Amino acid sequence: MPAAEGTAPLAVILDQAGLDGLLTAIRAKGWRTIGPRVADDAVIYDEIETVADLPMGVGDEQKGGYYRLKARGDQALFGYTSGAQGWKRVLYPPRQKLFSAKRTASGFTIDPMAQPDAPLALIGVRACEMAAINVQAKVFGDKDFADPGYQGRLKGALIVAVECTRAGDTCFCDSMGTGPEVGTGYDIKLVEMVGKAGVTYVATAATDKGAKLLKAAKGKPAAEADLAAAAKAVKAAAKQSRKMETATSAKLKDVPEHARWDQVAARCMTCGNCTMVCPTCFCTTVEDVTDLKGDHAERWRKWDSCFTVDFSYIHGGAIRTEVRSRYRQWITHKLSTWHDQFGQAGCVGCGRCITWCPVGIDITEEVAAIHDSTKGRK
Amino acid sequence: MTAVPRDPMLPVLFRIEKVRRDLSDTFTMELVPEAGGEFSFKPGQFNMLYVFGVGEIPISISGDPGDRSVLVHTTRAVGAVSSALDSLKAGDQIGVRGPYGTAWPIESAYGQDVVFVAGGVGLAPLRPAIYHAMNNRERYGKVMVLYGARTPEDILFKKELERWRGRFDMDVLVTVDRATGKWSGNVGVVTNLVARGGFDPLHTTAFVCGPEVMMRYGASALEKKGVARDTIWISMERNMKCGVGLCGHCQWGSHFVCKDGPVFRYDSVADLFQVREL
Repeated sequence: MPAAEGTAPLAVILDQAGLDGLLTAIRAKGWRTIGPRVADDAVIYDEIETVADLPMGVGDEQKGGYYRLKARGDQALFGYTSGAQGWKRVLYPPRQKLFSAKRTASGFTIDPMAQPDAPLALIGVRACEMAAINVQAKVFGDKDFADPGYQGRLKGALIVAVECTRAGDTCFCDSMGTGPEVGTGYDIKLVEMVGKAGVTYVATAATDKGAKLLKAAKGKPAAEADLAAAAKAVKAAAKQSRKMETATSAKLKDVPEHARWDQVAARCMTCGNCTMVCPTCFCTTVEDVTDLKGDHAERWRKWDSCFTVDFSYIHGGAIRTEVRSRYRQWITHKLSTWHDQFGQAGCVGCGRCITWCPVGIDITEEVAAIHDSTKGRK
Repeated sequence: MTAVPRDPMLPVLFRIEKVRRDLSDTFTMELVPEAGGEFSFKPGQFNMLYVFGVGEIPISISGDPGDRSVLVHTTRAVGAVSSALDSLKAGDQIGVRGPYGTAWPIESAYGQDVVFVAGGVGLAPLRPAIYHAMNNRERYGKVMVLYGARTPEDILFKKELERWRGRFDMDVLVTVDRATGKWSGNVGVVTNLVARGGFDPLHTTAFVCGPEVMMRYGASALEKKGVARDTIWISMERNMKCGVGLCGHCQWGSHFVCKDGPVFRYDSVADLFQVREL
């Protein structure tokens, strides 16, 4: 039932019971609901069933090399900013079996992997994360060689976005143009309104399947004023302490010999944390395993990081032996050459690389340093 | 929207028909698809070759593009997978994905002199283009093969080079870095052969393949002779895990060497050659 032209998209107000009803409706339709929950002192995205699984009253504090949960003293379910890791964990798992092979009398046979089970419902996708999902969809959706796993999981997925009403200290989506308002790709969008009277959700459907589910959740229709209040609350999250100099960052490929690379190399530990938590980093390696008899073999694809020496190894030695070359590769790809490859930046401004860097290297600060040093030069 | 495409990471089974030892560490395999049928490719393209339980490596195709009945690969055993490949024999199976990557634009050189500059095992990815030139000899001006190997014992496809040299319509020059035994031929780098000329620089297309440093010097030697940058082509080598632009390993500046390369026009990458550890 597509909305008639000119009519506003379906928008309702849900309380937390209504939100629970929405989750129930989603699960009843066969989606596996993945959403935020607290584990190991962090917000992670994992299997959830009801609203009771969500991180109630949990906020977070993030800064360079620092992540702590803290109690908000309210009933908010989405009171944190972004989870420790993005959604690539579910859409492009860290370990994926590519195929298994069996030795036969005349050689071997290859058995492709069966395609995944239940479709996923992603609950609580932030604007930056939605942008990251779209970035990866481009990477894995090449016209010649698409990744059927990612494509299949995304195509079958239901996406419930949550717009932020507060920015974390490491956030810079506003300067990347990826938030706090969520872009395209979601089915339902929520804005969590925390008031004296309790917590409510302004829920808007963007697709037919989203609208059907919202109807099933039985909220009361949202008024103009509700929508305006929600939009205003989201605007507040655009106030961010960090910003990316995007004009300079897009041109990093032009300064491969900049002195700043040595400076940052002196701090970078090449641990690869930034690449693991980055919601768009897509590099992988492969691993071959066999059983002890050598009759059964498997090929696995695993997340990899351009910060390892092995990453660039060809016979005779690695290409990028120095730390400066590896950091330069990561940030130049993310911010600059990604434009040439995919028509946009590979960074969505989520700030995870800053939060999870053990020494607090800040991608925006590195670009700013290069920006300042090249100002006025053409 | 069509159905989800076939996973590009799934190999197809091929059977090894013949193995020939070229050098102490280099061998050529002839492969046929287990399911029957033909294999067509363009000169300069490569395949990902999978050895059961060991792994997969990118290897360029070294056979004649005019012969679709057999797939030919020449490999130097330098790592775990290439050594495992070396231990296989006729009748064994391997997995193949491909062909991938860009090709030597050999047809764009019609009407021109064509110069092949090869170093070491870099002659293998050029051989399909050389075959094409020989199969279409009347379409070209001069055809030259300039080849450099480390020692006389490292000269790849030696018999074939000798046979080509015996033709009256082809120039073949070979040099070695270090003379051994009774070698009385050229000694020195392959760029010395470029410097000798013998081609019309204003109407020459050059295809250069070998170690990166050799290609850099080779291309600049060609430029010095007056060959324009946009008629010089090189073939890059980088770590590759997928061959189809999904694993990220082969990036070189903005390029995925696996799908934007391996063959590049020199003027489009000359700047990248100047950056260390890119």
